[in-house]
Amino acid sequence: MSDAVRGQPVEILLVEDNAGDVELAREGLRECKISNNLHVVGDGVEASAFLNRRGPYASQPRPDLIILDLNLPKRDGRELLREIKEDSDLRRIPVVILTTSAAEEDIVRSYSLHANCYVTKPLGIEQFLAVVRSIESFWFSIVKLPPR
Amino acid sequence: MSFRDRPIRQKLMAILLLTSGGVLVLTCAAFLAYEVVTFRQTTLKNLSTLGQVIAANTTASLAFRNEGDAREILSALRAEPHIVAAGLYDKDGRLFARYPSDLPVAALPASPDRDGYRFEHADLVGFAPVAQAGSARLGTLYIRSDLTAVYGTLRLAGAIAALVMGASLLVAYLLSATLQGTISRPILALAQIAKGVSERQDYSVRASKVASDELGVLTDALNQMLSRIEGQDRALRRVIAELERSNKELEQFAYVASHDLQEPLRMVSSYTQLLERRYGDKLDDKGRKFINFAVDGAVRMQRLINDLLEFSRVGTRGKPLQPVDVTRVLGAVRANLTMAMADADALVTHEDLPTVVGDETQLVQLFQNLIGNAIKFRGTERPHVHVSAQATAAEWVFAVRDNGIGIAPEYFERIFVIFQRLHARDQYPGTGIGLAVCRRIVDRHGGRIWVESVPGGGSTFYFALPKQNGEQAL
Repeated sequence: MSDAVRGQPVEILLVEDNAGDVELAREGLRECKISNNLHVVGDGVEASAFLNRRGPYASQPRPDLIILDLNLPKRDGRELLREIKEDSDLRRIPVVILTTSAAEEDIVRSYSLHANCYVTKPLGIEQFLAVVRSIESFWFSIVKLPPR
Repeated sequence: MSFRDRPIRQKLMAILLLTSGGVLVLTCAAFLAYEVVTFRQTTLKNLSTLGQVIAANTTASLAFRNEGDAREILSALRAEPHIVAAGLYDKDGRLFARYPSDLPVAALPASPDRDGYRFEHADLVGFAPVAQAGSARLGTLYIRSDLTAVYGTLRLAGAIAALVMGASLLVAYLLSATLQGTISRPILALAQIAKGVSERQDYSVRASKVASDELGVLTDALNQMLSRIEGQDRALRRVIAELERSNKELEQFAYVASHDLQEPLRMVSSYTQLLERRYGDKLDDKGRKFINFAVDGAVRMQRLINDLLEFSRVGTRGKPLQPVDVTRVLGAVRANLTMAMADADALVTHEDLPTVVGDETQLVQLFQNLIGNAIKFRGTERPHVHVSAQATAAEWVFAVRDNGIGIAPEYFERIFVIFQRLHARDQYPGTGIGLAVCRRIVDRHGGRIWVESVPGGGSTFYFALPKQNGEQAL
């Protein structure tokens, strides 16, 4: 909240390989009251580089929230989630799993790996946009987050 | 350990030894009896001969009443050590002379008894008439022999019999110990193999045949049985492996269905909707209708996929069967159906319900689908669903009765088949999965499900669950 109050945009990292879903997320976030910067990477390897500010991502900011899809090319979301939650610094960043899968094993596994919440992508556009807006408002207006 | 539980080797030995021992005992007993009888007869005959000789010799001494002579003759009995006493009586029955001469008078009978030889107590006694040839009787000779000779012979015979028996039994033991092996060894080998097979489930072993007797037949039969079991076991393992693989593939399919199939579907529906949102004002009514059809199709497709997934998970995601209180199940169903019940102003009642062996989650789903259907396919009256249970010997038969629209008899089977629907979608929504899931759940519980109904007169869905439940493989 403090960042939003200060007027500084919040940094969101979206790890998503489906361009269609990226577009929908942008659509949802565009309608948000809180100013935000959306960073998008397409797979787990890229995401890891972004978070550790390696290579082309050296000057990227540290995200305030990670929205993570589970099924990704190269290195999937489960592996990335484990890496984030095992890193003493990165583990404080909330991770929202946003995936098509409603499979029980995916839900259980994600929470076991300390995902902060698990959301299934809804089929309807309105619902999808509402989910994105809810994520944003919940994590940046309701929840108290640790300082950057 | 009782005899019947002893090893067959010991049984065979015991049978052989008891048989030969029994025969031996009988033979020896007969031998001894014969010995006793013949020896007694011989002794009797000897004594009577001796008595006749002595009696003949004493006629003169009795006739002339020569006591010294008589004593002399009697003393010749010394040569026969078994003669323990003898006495000579005159014709008046008075004792005239005795042997041995120092024998007390009381040791002899006071007067002679009737003639003849007989066994008396432990002795053999005889009275012989003393008479001259062709003349009147002069007196009586008494003679007594002890039976030590008889007993001595008997002892000897007994000793011989015992020796023969001992030797025979020893020979019988040695012979049977060797010979029983021909019978017991193949049986032991068979037993060993049968034990090994049942302990290790190794059906590749074979018993070796020793002879062509009944044991040989048994061995052949066992071997044939083993090779048949081996073949079946191999086939069974193959089928199990195939089943496991196809189950894994099904799991994989379920995941693909829940994720990979839905992802493109979501794109179709999201972007047609986004199209409408963004450019809806640029489209005419027809264009918007087309978009609605596309979205509706995608939504329905997703529901079908989810239902298919649910159907396939009855078998793969089932929990172990354990006692479940059906009253509690019904409570959960009521909570899940609160909205539907309120919308239709439905009344759900039930009688006393038992505890059954089952998967609680699946039983909730089963009742929920049946009661949900009863409410969905309601008639013009206020819907009333009544749940009851009846016990038979082996089953609990549950009934879910409604006052809804009913079903024609020709559809009684079809309604349980997946994706089979009796009504147009706009009349009653749904994919046609509910009763198929019900049937699959009941199948998994080893039970049966059926319906009785009259169109317009309500339906009663029955399902029977076994009281003792072993899980059915699906």
